Amino acid sequence: MSPLLQGVLTILIGVGGCVGYFYASNLILDKVIFPPTKTDPGRNINRANIVRPWLFLFPALFALGLYLVYPVIGSFWRSLYNRAGDEFIGFGNYTTMFGDAGFQTALFNNFLWVLVVPAASTFFGLLVAQLTDRLSWGNIAKSLIFMPMAISFVGASLIWKFVYANNADIGLINAIRDLFGASEPLDVLQLRFWNNFFLMFILVWIQTGFAMVILSAALRGIPEETVEAAIIDGANPFQIFFKIKVPQIMGTIVVVWTTITILVLKVFDIVYTMTGGNFGTEILPSYMMSYMFRDDGRATAVAFVIMIIVLPVMIWNIRQARAEMR
Amino acid sequence: MDNIAGTKSSLSWAVNISVVLLVLIWLIPTIGLLVSSFRDRDQISASGWWLSPFAVEQNFQVRASADDAVERDGVFVIEGNVFEDGEGEVLRFGGARSNPTASGAGERAELTRDRTLQLEANGDYVYTSPAEITRDPSIYFSTATPPEFSTENYQTIMASDNMDRAFINTLTVTIPATIIPILIAAFAAYALAWMDFRGRGFLIAMVVGLLVVPLQLALVPLLQLHNQVGIGQSFLGIWLAHTGFGLPLAIYLLRNYMVGLPRDIIESAKVDGATDFQVFTKIVLPLSFPALASFAIFQFLWTWNDLLVAKVFLPSNSESWVMTVKIADDLLGSRGGDWGILAAAAFISIAVPLVVFFTMQRYLVRGLLAGSVK
Repeated sequence: MSPLLQGVLTILIGVGGCVGYFYASNLILDKVIFPPTKTDPGRNINRANIVRPWLFLFPALFALGLYLVYPVIGSFWRSLYNRAGDEFIGFGNYTTMFGDAGFQTALFNNFLWVLVVPAASTFFGLLVAQLTDRLSWGNIAKSLIFMPMAISFVGASLIWKFVYANNADIGLINAIRDLFGASEPLDVLQLRFWNNFFLMFILVWIQTGFAMVILSAALRGIPEETVEAAIIDGANPFQIFFKIKVPQIMGTIVVVWTTITILVLKVFDIVYTMTGGNFGTEILPSYMMSYMFRDDGRATAVAFVIMIIVLPVMIWNIRQARAEMR
Repeated sequence: MDNIAGTKSSLSWAVNISVVLLVLIWLIPTIGLLVSSFRDRDQISASGWWLSPFAVEQNFQVRASADDAVERDGVFVIEGNVFEDGEGEVLRFGGARSNPTASGAGERAELTRDRTLQLEANGDYVYTSPAEITRDPSIYFSTATPPEFSTENYQTIMASDNMDRAFINTLTVTIPATIIPILIAAFAAYALAWMDFRGRGFLIAMVVGLLVVPLQLALVPLLQLHNQVGIGQSFLGIWLAHTGFGLPLAIYLLRNYMVGLPRDIIESAKVDGATDFQVFTKIVLPLSFPALASFAIFQFLWTWNDLLVAKVFLPSNSESWVMTVKIADDLLGSRGGDWGILAAAAFISIAVPLVVFFTMQRYLVRGLLAGSVK
């Protein structure tokens, strides 16, 4: 069967199955298990209403449990076993991994990424949001800067491969160097240490739009009285921005920052497409992928390290959500 | 607020210029890709895409045939034209590989061993040698090739490289993986927003927590699970995986939206005797359309652009490659130096998301603002 046909069939079965499940389960609950009997209809209706939320939730909870909760435990469990998965070696994978030079490089680079990408994206996002705020063509500018969000990491990597190309007739970087009299083209992706920053800029390029959209909305939400009062008191535009506006949107800035931080810990595509992790550019997600299919024990151990790094953000998010609900 | 004193400052031109600069930096790489995808291989390596509207100076080499040599007054002479079809304009020429553009067109170049070469702008050349010519002499020259744009790269990549197959595969992965989670999530979101039961707060917190779980954790255990139950690496597997991974964001977005719906409507419907199922399907679902659209766009872009999940959950044969895998794993290796082909392939893969992006930007922005946690 061709995959396309299979896809159409899956949509039909999936959507039909969901609708059927929800309809039928509600019907059965109301008519068969707890029918509103003549003697005491209210009691059965109440009982049905206690069960009903779980009918609504069941498919989602099942999928979440299977595809996101179980893997956390499953991955941890698998990381305690050796490469073939038949011998329990405790934290053996972790100890060999932490001794591996490749892992140390990946951890260090990832540290750089987490430091640079969220900061740069938020900075550019805030800059664009503020600059375009009053501009007549601001929406067009924002739309164009937002555009890379739609492009895949692979596509973006290819776009930047052209810019970084080791040839003054293809790569803009080398064309500009050529203009200033450099004789030899330079492969910026092979410059040790600095190549990481060239890779990071691709992600900054993608994520700036995200930061911009959210911060732009936050800037619009600032009460105008505060800005007007500052103007009357003689504040200059920079003071208004740094002393009046930024403090008021600090909460949003933190959210944007952490969201991009989480993303940085997951993206392996850019490194994979641009350098394949060579020339000292490995980061944790790409390091993990290099062990995927080869050594599941090591791969899951790396994944679990990523999870531990993400954990503080996760706890903070949950606490925020709980605070909002109260 | 334009009329407030202090806002119309002298900074406004600086603001305009900086925004123009930023937009250019953000836009230029993509334009470069688009332009390059329409240029052929020789043009790309001859000049940068930013020079593509202008004629390109390209170097060529032809060999005069030693058999055509005739003896005139004790000198051996070859005459001919470097252009096969007789059309073109020579800019410069030379007789040695070490300096292929030593002389201007129409000049007479003195070569080694008393040989001479004269090449006119129209391509006619005269090659002379005092000794008998035994080997075909080389003539190097440069011409101005007018800018040329064609869809040849696109035709090549579609016809010979199975990109059409990869495009269909991407579509096949994306559509079910976008539609199926919506319905599941909508029911769950309704329960979390409008039904009262024990443990609701815990479940909402759990969804928020699951938003940030790294997908990397899921790869090994789930692939193992899929292999055990017989799904293996297949389209069914990737649909299920994308559904599971997309649910937290879907539930979170939809719940946040549904909670904001006016309480009166829902309560009056319940007073009128509507069941929860009816309230959901007849009132909440239609009212939540903007949130559904937001999530659908997110999930569509995410699944279309995904490389990680496709690499792990789809079979690794060329039949089932989606476009991202095709580009990253195949084209970058086999067509590494063929910039035009790479650009065309990349553009094919980003064209659909760009169209979706520009037509439905409103919903995307709304979704981002509602769920800026993922």
